[in-house]
Formats: sequence, C-alpha cells, structure tokens
Amino acid sequence: MASLTLSNVVKHYGSGKQIVPVIHGVNADIQDGEFIVIVGPSGCGKSTLLRMVAGLEEITGGTIAIGERVVNNLEPAKRDIAMVFQNYALYPHMSVFDNMAYGLKIAKAPKDEIKTRVDKAAKILELGHLLERKPRELSGGQRQRVAMGRAIVRQPQVFLFDEPLSNLDAKLRAQTRIEIQKLHRELGITSLFVTHDQVEAMTLAQRMIVMNAGVMEQFGTPEEVYHTPASIFVASFIGSPPMNLLRHAPNSKPGTILGIRPEHLDITATGWEVRVDTVELLGAERLVYATMGDDTLIVRIEEGSASPKVGETIHITPRENRLHWFHAETGKRL
Amino acid sequence: MVDRNPWLNFLSHAVLLLGVAIVAFPLYLALVASTHTAQAIVQSPMPLLPGAHLWENYQAALFGSGKLGSNTNVVHMMWVSFVVAMVITVGKIAISLLSAFAIVYFRFPFKMLCFWAIFVTLMLPVEVRILPTYKVVADLGLLNSYAGLTLPLIASATATFLFRQFFLTVPDELVEAARMDGAGPMRFFIDVLVPLSRTSIAALFVIQFIYGWNQYLWPLLMTTSEDMYPVVIGIKRMLAGGEAAVDWNIVMATAIIAMLPPTAVVILMQKWFVKGLVDTEK
Repeated sequence: MASLTLSNVVKHYGSGKQIVPVIHGVNADIQDGEFIVIVGPSGCGKSTLLRMVAGLEEITGGTIAIGERVVNNLEPAKRDIAMVFQNYALYPHMSVFDNMAYGLKIAKAPKDEIKTRVDKAAKILELGHLLERKPRELSGGQRQRVAMGRAIVRQPQVFLFDEPLSNLDAKLRAQTRIEIQKLHRELGITSLFVTHDQVEAMTLAQRMIVMNAGVMEQFGTPEEVYHTPASIFVASFIGSPPMNLLRHAPNSKPGTILGIRPEHLDITATGWEVRVDTVELLGAERLVYATMGDDTLIVRIEEGSASPKVGETIHITPRENRLHWFHAETGKRL
Repeated sequence: MVDRNPWLNFLSHAVLLLGVAIVAFPLYLALVASTHTAQAIVQSPMPLLPGAHLWENYQAALFGSGKLGSNTNVVHMMWVSFVVAMVITVGKIAISLLSAFAIVYFRFPFKMLCFWAIFVTLMLPVEVRILPTYKVVADLGLLNSYAGLTLPLIASATATFLFRQFFLTVPDELVEAARMDGAGPMRFFIDVLVPLSRTSIAALFVIQFIYGWNQYLWPLLMTTSEDMYPVVIGIKRMLAGGEAAVDWNIVMATAIIAMLPPTAVVILMQKWFVKGLVDTEK
C-alpha cells in the first residue's frame, strides 16, 4: 500500500511539427488506501492517464510517484502495481489457477507460496471451485473476478482498473461494483478506477478526478463534486438528469451562468414564469421540461404532486442555498 | 445441405463415392500390384484383386535384393527422407514463428524493407533459384549432406505470413497483461503466443512435412552418393531398368511403404487440428 502522487503530468503524441497534446498537466495527491475514480467522457484522456501510471504509455512531462519512488522510467512489472483490464485479458490457454499464478511464476516465487497466495485470492473472490477451468468455460462476471484475483495475488501497492465493468450487463455491473467495494474494504489497497459512467464514479469513489479534454476539472469527494461543482462541465456531467444551466436567469449579472439542479426547483404560486413543453413520468418522480425565454430547463417533482399540463404556464422558485454561479466564458465556478 | 429428398440424397452420395473411387483407384492398384509377382502384373489385364505375395514383396522392398537397379535398402532411404522432412518442417516452423513475432511486435529500422523482402521470396520457389543455390551449396562444400539437403529449403514466406495474420488477431491487452506480470518478450512468446498458435502450427506441420518428404528436384541435383538419396529418388531409380525387366511389384511395394509416414503424420496431426478448432477461445 502506498500513496500515489501525480505532479504536473503531461502527455503528447507525435513529435516535431505534429505534436498532439492529450493531457495538459494533471496534479493529484492520492493518499495511501484511497479509492480514486477517474471519470470523464470518451476521449478525455482518462485511460491514457491510467496507462501512464501503469507504465504502458510513456510520460512526456511531469512525474508519477508511488510511495516515495518516482516511477517514470520503471517497467510496469517493477512498479509494484496490478491492473484489471476492460476485456479481462486472461490467458486463454491457461487454467484459472495458472492465470493467477503467472506473475508469481515469472518472479520465480516458490511453489507453495504461489499456491497459498492463489488460494487466498480465490477464497476472497469465491473462485475456489473454478480453479481448474479455462477462461472460455467461465461467464463474463467470473472472468472479471479471475482478472481481479490475478491482480490481488500480486499484492501490489496500487490497483489500477481500466473500465472493468463496461463489458458486463447492467445487473452484473451492480453486483460486481459491490464486490469491488467489499474488496477495497477488506484489502485497503490504494486504487485508481477509470470509468465513463458517473453512477459508478459516485458510488465507488472516496474522491474523484473529473476529466475533460485532457484537463483535470475537479478533484474532490462525491459530495463536493455534486454540491459544489468547479465548472460547468463538472456540473453538467455529474447528476442525472443534468443540472440546469441558465444564461438569462432573472436577476443574474451579465456574463454569468446560473446553475440549479432539477430537484432544487419547486413549483410555486409566484416566481419564474415558464412554459411546460413535456412531462415524463419515471415512476417515483416526474420530469417537467419547460422553457423560460431562451433557456430550457428540467424540474423534478415527486410523483404524488399535481402534474402540470403540457403548454401550461407555471411558476417555479429555486432554493436559495442551491444556486451555482459560473463565469460564462471560462465556465469556472464564481 | 440437401433437403429431405431421398433421390437427391442418393445422388449426392453417389457423386461423392465416385469421386473417392477415382482418387483412390490408383492407390488401390498400387496396393494390389504390390501383392503379386512381377510376371502376374505384366500380363494384361492386370489383376484387380490382391495376390498372395504380400510378405515376400515387402521384405524384398525393405531390405534390398540384388536384382534391382538400386542397391540401397529402402529402410535407409526412408530414414534420409524422414530426417530431411523433419528438419525442414521443424526449421520452417521455428524460423517463421520468430520472424512473424519480430514483424508484428517490434519496431526496428528497415522493418518495412524486411517485410517486403520476405514477401518477394514468395515469387522464388526452388525451381527458379536452383542454379544459384546449387553454386552456393557446392562452394560451401555441403553437397551430399543433410545440411545441403535441408538448409536451402528451410525459410518460408507463407508460414511467416500465416503466423503474422494469426498474431495480429491476438488482442493487445494480452500483451499488456503479460508485461504487467513481468514477462519479457521471449517469455511472452514461449508462454503465451506459441501455445495459442497450436492450430496453425499443426496445420503447417502437415503441409511442410509432406513438402519436405516429396522433395525430388533438389535432392536429385545435389546428391551423388546413394546413401543420401531420399526414398522418392530411390523409387525412380528402381525403374532404371533399360533392358532388364522392371520388378513392378517391388516398385509398388516401395511406393506404398514410402506413403506411410506422411499418412501417419496427417492422421496424427488431424487430431490436434480438430481439437484446436473446437477449443477456440473468446
């Protein structure tokens, strides 16, 4: 177990005249034992960042340190890390036992130590009865558990997860998410988890790094990211339905954007005047899509309350302590 | 597939059986001929049913009897053929695996040049390059030796490309997982890549073994001493006859014997083949 420090990490592809910058200086101090999620849309550089920590991509600038060691120039195998891949990456011709033991075999560990460690990992992940099977004889969820077992056996200082739940169906995803949480509670190893799914990020993270186009927009706990987003991007990325962003809210200063979450708007007798476009019933709640001048917004109401009709003009009031102001140009929180 | 029309069923079976009969008939004749005496065969029509001389013919074929054009016993020639075929097969597979590995997984200067050079050799079968090859082998003093028989034939562009195509289907994540586990390139090659290539290796083994076993032109050119003749040349030399009558029954017996090792290889490897195909991983 160790801390993980990213100092001004930069990544470029190409050379000479055709440099393509992909990551523009990420700084993060991750404590020993923390579970950190890197979340962002496709192409934002989160996998690239993870792979730089893993040693599968070269670091163009800045340093990455695991514990006290700067690992920029170390081979992946020497960084004392383990990785779980999106497509499991299990060796197809080896049994589950051999898959988990391979790393130790290469490190020339004695046979009984290998057996002890593999059996222990298999017990934690409930793979004991599957040890002799080949990967093709396992279901997707079982394969992912074997991939995690392979990582656990290495007893690394840092776990790296590269979108490991993306290949699983929704139900299995929820189950495996809980298993990963359980695992982290039991083993307490510093973990870096990459995903594009903000629900996974919110539920798994102790702190999260929200990335957009190679820039780290915010690094904070799920509460901080949800209740005090640092930029328009973070505000609209986290939370479903997304936060309303109004350019022309009443009483707003020019050049600012007002953010207010759908659940923080109430239908009242007086207040902002909006026209209802659509109403969606989601079961436990209703979403009212409305227009106010040039802005569109969503209001969330409990399913028990009276539902506005389409075309009706209603009044809504935001809750005072839930307003977010952003600079219109930079997108940053004011 | 033919739908349930008994007439069409019968027809397709009939066509297939006819095809098998046409292909197998010469083999059957050879087998029959090897069980008669020489005089019985030369009569016309040639007998179509097996005769009674099976054991003596095969013994004569295997251990030599002074009357034949060639004096070497067939057992020795089979051994020469076997060594040549095995060396060529194992050599080709090993070299092609390694060159495909280099082409797919490494970056090095002149990589594209090497790739195209290998490709170009596809246009240079033995027959085209035989004169320069003979000169080189002769100058190296390798005439009449196992090395001379096998080395010029041991590189294979087709095998390299076959393995290259296969290696390109191996997912990158597997390579990365191996890197994370601490496996260097050669360990990855031996522990992961080669086991995954089992089916391709089995297929190539069969093809190259038969190729090596059937080599006629090159050995004919570069061997002069009888104890370096492969069995295909030995069979030809039995027909040297001239005025002497050819012992067709012994010749046929030798031919049947010469066909046994490649057949055994095909049958053995077929098991591996099918197993490999059935075992495809996801």
